[in-house]
Amino acid sequence: MATNPSFKDRAGTALTRIGLTRNNYRVSPGLYGVGNPNPDSPILVTANYKLSFDAVRFSLDSLDAWLLVVDTRGINVWCAAGKKTFSTEEVIFSVKQAKLKEISTQRTVILPQFSATGVSAIDVKNGCGFKVLFGPIQARDLPDVLRNNNTVSERMRSVTFTIRERIVLIPVELYLLLRPLAVLVIAAFLLSGIGPEVFSYLASYQRGLSLISATLLGILSGSIFLPILLPWLYGRQFWIKGLWPGLIVGLLFLTIMTDQRAVFDRVALFLWIVALSSYQGMNFTGCTPYTSPSGVEYEMRRGIPIQVLITVVAFVLWMSSPFIG
Amino acid sequence: MKGFRYIENTTTLKLDEQTCIGCGNCHRVCPHRIFKIVNQKAVILDLDACMECGACALNCPVDAIAVTPGVGCAVKIITTWVNNFTGRQIMKGCC
Repeated sequence: MATNPSFKDRAGTALTRIGLTRNNYRVSPGLYGVGNPNPDSPILVTANYKLSFDAVRFSLDSLDAWLLVVDTRGINVWCAAGKKTFSTEEVIFSVKQAKLKEISTQRTVILPQFSATGVSAIDVKNGCGFKVLFGPIQARDLPDVLRNNNTVSERMRSVTFTIRERIVLIPVELYLLLRPLAVLVIAAFLLSGIGPEVFSYLASYQRGLSLISATLLGILSGSIFLPILLPWLYGRQFWIKGLWPGLIVGLLFLTIMTDQRAVFDRVALFLWIVALSSYQGMNFTGCTPYTSPSGVEYEMRRGIPIQVLITVVAFVLWMSSPFIG
Repeated sequence: MKGFRYIENTTTLKLDEQTCIGCGNCHRVCPHRIFKIVNQKAVILDLDACMECGACALNCPVDAIAVTPGVGCAVKIITTWVNNFTGRQIMKGCC
């Protein structure tokens, strides 16, 4: 297998990061080689999600190694381990199916650290005779590990969440909003036209556009600003962190909005931006490597009622505004 | 993890020091480095940094660690709530 990305590989990575191909970006499971592996070469194990596969092979320039690709149904290491598809049983099966005992003199397989959630090293040893070494979190540290007698440092075992790692998650978050957004656009036009004349196309258009703009600003706050500013936003709970960009963007929106708008409209849109930003911010928990399910549940029980309350107030104001003004 | 702290006193992680044999597996597999081996026993350095991934519990040879593993994802939890409430798979998450 090549150890340098081709144009097709880079394009594929971009499309998957945006979200278009993420559900169908896999390689066939099985045994691959990089460089010129011989029976003594190390054996690295990874998932059959192509981003994972590429991460490993592109890190191995000028090294000889075997790459055992486990069938994780096209899902990355971390999620597959959590869903028990990157599991003890799958690893044992893969090792046996590739006939590693016959091909290799090695009796150790190197697994990504994040697979430990789904793989029990002791059970793999009992199941197929191979010792599991949990390697670094990042594939790019593999050459260092392999050249240093399989030594994995503290740093290599510590997960990070740098600004670059946060930003790369934004496109897919936005892509996954396209469908709900389409529904909201329709709802926005329908609801905004309701008034004393039963239904006004002008109001539907004008107010609908404002509502959609506010929605986009809420998404900007909660799904773009929050990921970028994450460590600096006040609050441990993500729904609270989401309030601040929402408040600032909402206030800016109010000042920029011309004053033809009724007060009820203005307040409603402001509240909607804040609630949406808080909700989207809360949903970013699923993208982070440090939120625990117990913690997320804790904050959801507090954040969701508040988001619902703000949204209900905004809705009432928005719907009653044409009848008042 | 440096610079990122989540909510305190929520983790379900429990270590049974009596049963622990000090093998070091938990120390090796934890992505947040919360375990250390001291005097042949595992010690939790930072309980609130636990993200309940379950790697430690799965790799403990004597079952000295218990944790309710799961995914810290709001959408996943909402999906589970809605599907349990309606008894059907109404919502599909992104995983």
